[in-house]
Amino acid sequence: MINSADTVWMIIATAMVMLMTPALAFFYGGLVRKKNVLSILMQCITILCLISIQWVLFGYSLSFGPDKGGIIGGLEWFGLKSVGLSPSKDYAVTIPHQLFMMFQMMFAVITPALMVGAFIERIKFSGFVLFSLLWATFIYDPLAHWVWGSGGWLAELGALDFAGGTVIHINAGISALVMALYVGKRSSFKHQSSPHNLPFAVLGAGILWFGWFGFNAGSALSVGGVSVAAFAATNTAAAAGGLTWIFLDWKFNEVPTVLGVITGIVAGLVAVTPAAGFVTPISAIFIGITGSIFGFIFVTKIKPKFGYDDSLDVFGVHGIAGIVGALATGILATKSINPDGADGLLYGNAHQLWVQFITVLAAVLFSAIGTYILLKIVDSTLGLRVDKKSEYLGLDLSQHHEVGYTLMD
Amino acid sequence: MKYVIAVIRPHKLEDVKEELDKVGVHLMTVVDALGCGRQKGVTEVYRGVKEVGNLLRKVKIEIAVNDEYLDKTIEAITTGAREGEIGDGKIFIFDMTECVRIRTGETGAVAIG
Repeated sequence: MINSADTVWMIIATAMVMLMTPALAFFYGGLVRKKNVLSILMQCITILCLISIQWVLFGYSLSFGPDKGGIIGGLEWFGLKSVGLSPSKDYAVTIPHQLFMMFQMMFAVITPALMVGAFIERIKFSGFVLFSLLWATFIYDPLAHWVWGSGGWLAELGALDFAGGTVIHINAGISALVMALYVGKRSSFKHQSSPHNLPFAVLGAGILWFGWFGFNAGSALSVGGVSVAAFAATNTAAAAGGLTWIFLDWKFNEVPTVLGVITGIVAGLVAVTPAAGFVTPISAIFIGITGSIFGFIFVTKIKPKFGYDDSLDVFGVHGIAGIVGALATGILATKSINPDGADGLLYGNAHQLWVQFITVLAAVLFSAIGTYILLKIVDSTLGLRVDKKSEYLGLDLSQHHEVGYTLMD
Repeated sequence: MKYVIAVIRPHKLEDVKEELDKVGVHLMTVVDALGCGRQKGVTEVYRGVKEVGNLLRKVKIEIAVNDEYLDKTIEAITTGAREGEIGDGKIFIFDMTECVRIRTGETGAVAIG
């Protein structure tokens, strides 16, 4: 039975999540150098177009179609065959099946877009497009099936991932690290470059925070208690994450920084993503703080120590806070918030933490190995990295023959 | 006293600064610039409309030096900015008649610093 209120909310939530990809484009775009700002916007917008089509043609079917051995969905729903306007029997039973498909599409879009931050200022556009398509198809779609698909093996195991901590953030974070290592450092890496437009980044982060309400509260797939619990947890964790980074910056880097607070906000949002809808607001404070602390350690200590060029900290923020959130869900989840969920360690169910651990491990291994194979394939066909000249000219000019800003009128 | 103006590739600025630092030249003025010499500009396209031969982004470094620092400065800029390809840039050297430090009113070699 279609419920009108649920349908209205899910259309709005879907549109809110869609807005997150352009918001991410500005978040990342502000953090690169002037000569590469357009390349970031272009990559994010292209992914929005590309994955929208991939999803309608076969991506949705691979992720949510009839289960094949717990590993992947079948191609029975190719071109949305049997994905109609009446509710699905397995997913979101109170809204049209196509609405659920659209909501999930926006998640499939933003995940490869998140990875853009790891290989900025040096990626070849053609190789990037091919890689994104392959990655969405061979990494995202199967993992989404494992965790969310009806019959997926991690879903059967009882893994809790409310809105995509594993499928989206751990997946993107780990793949991004592999990609940063594979593509190599920017040739300018030894000279720290300042973000060219921090206000853009703040604008992007603000809209991401807003869109995240659609992301998390929308993942309840209906209007009601669980969506509100997710809403409250999301805002609380974002705030806790931001405040935590302010104080960490103050203590360890002398002053609180703008880039710091928005990074902390994102870390808090990432960490609460798997837990929203399963935890209390007080638990969300702990999750936001922990996500932010671990993000801070990886971004400001671990990365400089090892010297990898995960340029905009996709691994440090999304990967690490994603893992923190997935494990925290196994500790802090409670059936008093969501009877369809499970209790975590703190509520007497240690087994849930073990399940979460298996889920994290499976996601890390699968994304790392799968991404490496895809990178090999793309690198040996279209190529992944631009030549030195294109890199110093900037990707805007070399890849798109445009510039973001003119020096003279 | 000499006045040195160097036009270089923007991404070489950090390298040039590093080289200058090594020879003890720390005072400079840096300006964003557009320019094209033999390298020519690059084509831009907006909605299919081509703009051929636009100017390239360059960085202009201006340094006032005492005579004994001139050679070191030129060498540092050359080392830092050279890639061995067209577009590495040029260095222009001028005789300078006077230099005044505004705060103290000092002039000449002392004012250059």
